[in-house]
Amino acid sequence: MLAFVIRRVFQSLIVLLVVGLVAFSLFRFVGDPVENMLGQERTQQDIDRLRTQLGLDQPFPVQYWRFLKNAAEGNFGVSYRQGRPVTDLLIERAPATLELAFVSGVFALVGGIALGIYTAIRKSGWLAQFVMTASLIGVSLPTFLIGILLIWIFAVELGWLPSFGRGETVAIGWWTTGFLTASGLKALILPSITLGLYQMTLIMRLVRSEMLEVLRQDYIRFARARGLSERAVNFGHALKNTLVPVITVTGLQLGSIIAFAIITETVFQWPGVGLLFINAVQFVDIPVMAAYLMLISFMFVAINLIVDLLYVAIDPRLRVDRAAAAK
Amino acid sequence: MNAMRRAWESDLSYSFRHSPITVLAAFMVIVLFAGAILAPLIAPYSPFDPATLNLMNGFTPPMTPNTFTGETFWLGTDDQGRDMFSAILYGMRISLFVGFAAVLLALVLGVVAGLVAGYAGGWVDTIIMRIADVQLTFPSILVAMLIFGIAKGLTPPDMRDQMAIWVLIVSIGLSDWVQFARVVRGATLVERNREYVQAARLIGRSRSAIMFRHVLPNVTSPVLVIATIGLALAIIAEATLSFLGVGAPPTQPSLGTLIRIGQGYLFSGEWWILFFPAVTLLVLALSVNLLGDWLREALNPRLR
Repeated sequence: MLAFVIRRVFQSLIVLLVVGLVAFSLFRFVGDPVENMLGQERTQQDIDRLRTQLGLDQPFPVQYWRFLKNAAEGNFGVSYRQGRPVTDLLIERAPATLELAFVSGVFALVGGIALGIYTAIRKSGWLAQFVMTASLIGVSLPTFLIGILLIWIFAVELGWLPSFGRGETVAIGWWTTGFLTASGLKALILPSITLGLYQMTLIMRLVRSEMLEVLRQDYIRFARARGLSERAVNFGHALKNTLVPVITVTGLQLGSIIAFAIITETVFQWPGVGLLFINAVQFVDIPVMAAYLMLISFMFVAINLIVDLLYVAIDPRLRVDRAAAAK
Repeated sequence: MNAMRRAWESDLSYSFRHSPITVLAAFMVIVLFAGAILAPLIAPYSPFDPATLNLMNGFTPPMTPNTFTGETFWLGTDDQGRDMFSAILYGMRISLFVGFAAVLLALVLGVVAGLVAGYAGGWVDTIIMRIADVQLTFPSILVAMLIFGIAKGLTPPDMRDQMAIWVLIVSIGLSDWVQFARVVRGATLVERNREYVQAARLIGRSRSAIMFRHVLPNVTSPVLVIATIGLALAIIAEATLSFLGVGAPPTQPSLGTLIRIGQGYLFSGEWWILFFPAVTLLVLALSVNLLGDWLREALNPRLR
């Protein structure tokens, strides 16, 4: 068990080092940083001074090491386009993305589990059939079209909800929240549904198939034979055993929620990290791209690691297999 | 004659004929592909030739004569008086070209990587599959965005609009090779120990000849399935990137670019600029997806 943990952590570190190398190469070789930072009027002395100041005259491994050290301290340099430290930009934008991801994650989880249970118990009911068919269409709809469709219905035609931005936000220290105002909460609805819909269908289908699998087993039949109520059988016995895979998938989907937030934030002009990143790609703002890459890979690797370790901790059957496979 | 008859009576053809939704999907795919390929012949206007555009025709609703010029357009016009029907045909051409080229790139990369990893084994296998694992941790659309940004940074600024289509192909292709590599590697591991491979080795055929002439033909059917579903994914990925403004430029608009342009007019009531490109994209992606699903079930005897 311990060997497995150490091995997994070690692998994660190597992945991060490789991603760091990619981010650093971006920084160093895509466009000339000196060119990007100095204006049109520059002398050779300016160039030489900045070169020494940025450490570009040092050998490659030294520069890479310095980049990693700076990144670990949260220092990613200055945005070419906005002229402000990238770290400040990220901190300013993070609350918007995290609140959006949180709400859509909760939506996906609660909606997915509820619908999954319903469609499993009422397998042949017309509403369950309808939900299953609708979910098939939902999976093949691209995220940005779902967003546009929702804007069309609820913002343009009905005029109930805002189509862009976060509404009014309240600042608590450096954190800005949209949870405390009516317009902030209203602004959250459409983006969260857009972002969470795909994950919701995924969780729903998973819960449904797991539930159907479990409901067929003997202990459920015995529970019924003992005269337990339908509710106790479904929720007390069946649901509990479907949740392990759901936890894993949810954990892994957390990462893609953050990534797909880029699309949702663009559709709704949501002032989050994703919008910052897509603007950076449009204008080839390398420091922002490199920082986003480092940040998101750190999150992905951490989530994967935690899910893997949790899985082994929750399900004792996996301990032997996994440890053996890792060797 | 005999060959045609055999094709008609094959399992594949039987399962195709007995699935109405697949026949419908295939029909839609043929119609849309034909529209895209024949765009210069079918399109009533040449939408990206400024000389033929008349600004007075701007914002003409579908099927109604324009108030100034009296001209009628099937699907209306956009802000600059471009015929939407022609713009969609040409846009689909770009979407499909990018989709096919990206899948082809992913297929070649993935098949070669999978064959080599599976057949050679050892440290070559470890390195290739580690890279694949790392890339699989990240959603492919994110990888495509990153590659697009890097490639954009590497091309000189005045070339960026012309290169955008090729950059798009490379970014989607490079983000999708892992699926192919994993499946081909798995199939190769099975085939590697078959007798025909041992026989080929015994008569002294070279490693590359065994890999590409003997093993490859035996792993093609899963590759075909992934390529079909991959085409639908690539079309959606292209549309998403173009919609986000990191794909096809406004001078060469794909379906995604048209949707991006159309979104701006949603609030002022010009719904058709958005609606028709969006529906075309949806029908295209859904039909290709349905064909892929059918192919997966038809080619996999275990699912019958």
